[in-house]
Amino acid sequence: MKEVAIQVEHLSHYYGQHRSLKDINLQVYRNEILGIIGPAKSGKSTFLSCLNRLNDLIPGSRVEGRIVIDGQDIYGPRVDVVALRRKLGIVFATPVPLPMSIYENVVYGVRLLGKNNRRELDQIVEESLEKAGLWGEVKDRLHTSALKLSGGQQQRLCIARVLALKPHYILLDEPTSGLDPISTMKIEDSLRALKANYTIILVTNNTKQAARVTDRTAFFLMGELIEINETPIIFTRPRDKRTEDYLEGRFG
Amino acid sequence: MSSNGTNKLEKSDRLIKLSLLMIALSAVSVLAIITIFIFEQGLPIMFRYGLKHFLLGQDWYPSEKSFGLLPMIIGSLMVTFGALIIGVPLGLASAIFLTEFSSRRLAGFLKPVIELLAGIPSVVYGFIGLMFLVPFIRERFGGPGLSVLAASVILGIMILPTVISITIDSIRAVPDSYREGSMALGATKWQTVRMVVLPAARSGIIAGIILGMGRAIGETMAVIMVAGNAADIPGSVLAPVRTLTSNIALEMAYASGEHREALFATGVILFIIIMILNTVANMSSAKQRKKGSGR
Repeated sequence: MKEVAIQVEHLSHYYGQHRSLKDINLQVYRNEILGIIGPAKSGKSTFLSCLNRLNDLIPGSRVEGRIVIDGQDIYGPRVDVVALRRKLGIVFATPVPLPMSIYENVVYGVRLLGKNNRRELDQIVEESLEKAGLWGEVKDRLHTSALKLSGGQQQRLCIARVLALKPHYILLDEPTSGLDPISTMKIEDSLRALKANYTIILVTNNTKQAARVTDRTAFFLMGELIEINETPIIFTRPRDKRTEDYLEGRFG
Repeated sequence: MSSNGTNKLEKSDRLIKLSLLMIALSAVSVLAIITIFIFEQGLPIMFRYGLKHFLLGQDWYPSEKSFGLLPMIIGSLMVTFGALIIGVPLGLASAIFLTEFSSRRLAGFLKPVIELLAGIPSVVYGFIGLMFLVPFIRERFGGPGLSVLAASVILGIMILPTVISITIDSIRAVPDSYREGSMALGATKWQTVRMVVLPAARSGIIAGIILGMGRAIGETMAVIMVAGNAADIPGSVLAPVRTLTSNIALEMAYASGEHREALFATGVILFIIIMILNTVANMSSAKQRKKGSGR
């Protein structure tokens, strides 16, 4: 039996009056890649931001229900939000390297923890970039501006930056939406390799990507979870008519 | 449309372009005329007595043909840097608070109020300085009260609106995605501001400081009222001081002959100092921009 890592119970989310997530119930198993698919505005990104409480930053944002991660109710009292965000690293759709060097981008979060030992940092940089599949391309120019990298490289840098924090979970919000096929392939390869050590939630607009890399897939529509199941099942015999329609491109 | 009509349009286009060019040039030519005028009036005496006499001479006795401007040069620099030491930290702190930490409503109320500071005539600042600040310094710290310190504090307050509003604009121009990215990596709000937002806004912040500095070095009336105006090199921040601008304003009314020329020479030196400070500051901000986000 697989171990449940994240338990989501009756989760609803509101932006002011607008209810953007409606009574979501699902589980995420340890060391799986869970894909979340669905048309735009169906609450996929909001769902991710609920998991590491980045939605706290948005005025008027409100959550109902429960999310339990590693046995801890993350909306309970006395939750260390900063530690939570380190545990659940997030990669956004548009790669946003911070305006500093490649090296400094990777160690940014680590430095915030007060670690400053040069050798330790060097090692973290190499490991993280290696895991993100970027080391070979940038090892000779670690101290040049990260803004000079190509879009695909920037996105892998953002993944490396998250890995440097040694998170348990990696949340990816359409990480390849702005990238060319080759960069996309490289990122998908990295994700498969990362699965052994991390639990990954991948929000994607690209249903084929979900089919290629995920173990299970959840289909969101208008803030509702329509169905969640093993990826091959979702793609071959979905239970719900709407899932089938979406996958066949009849809407969305 | 006939080719005739097109020609007509092209012609009117050219006419508009030409007249706009003339207007633009007239603005620039005013600057040119001022520059030429000051240099034409001030340079001859500088060459007659030698640059060294003006730049390094410590005695300003126009009636005895002694035109040493060193006390005023040092005075201007001291007062300007004093104003920056007081105004920049205050200005940066206010700008950071208003953009990153206060609610939108509070910022919407406070920003126009701060900008209103810029609309208060400088003579009013001088008057308030003279009535409250000068006696306060005299009683608390000693000395005549009319001092480098008093001038620096008054100027530091006067440059606040410039520093604050330009810093606010440049901090607001930093994309939110930087903040989001930093917070997602587990940074606190303050860490995000210190390590990401401020470095990204640096060139704009420097521009604000340059403009503030220009305002401080050029300010005359408020300084005359609180600085004491003795033409000696101040021995401490509590000693009175005379700036280059005050030197011109105080004596121009009755100066004639070489005295008058020497005041224009003061203007030349002020002009050159401002040019140097501006260039240095511009260069450092351009360098930062290149380093930060060169593509």
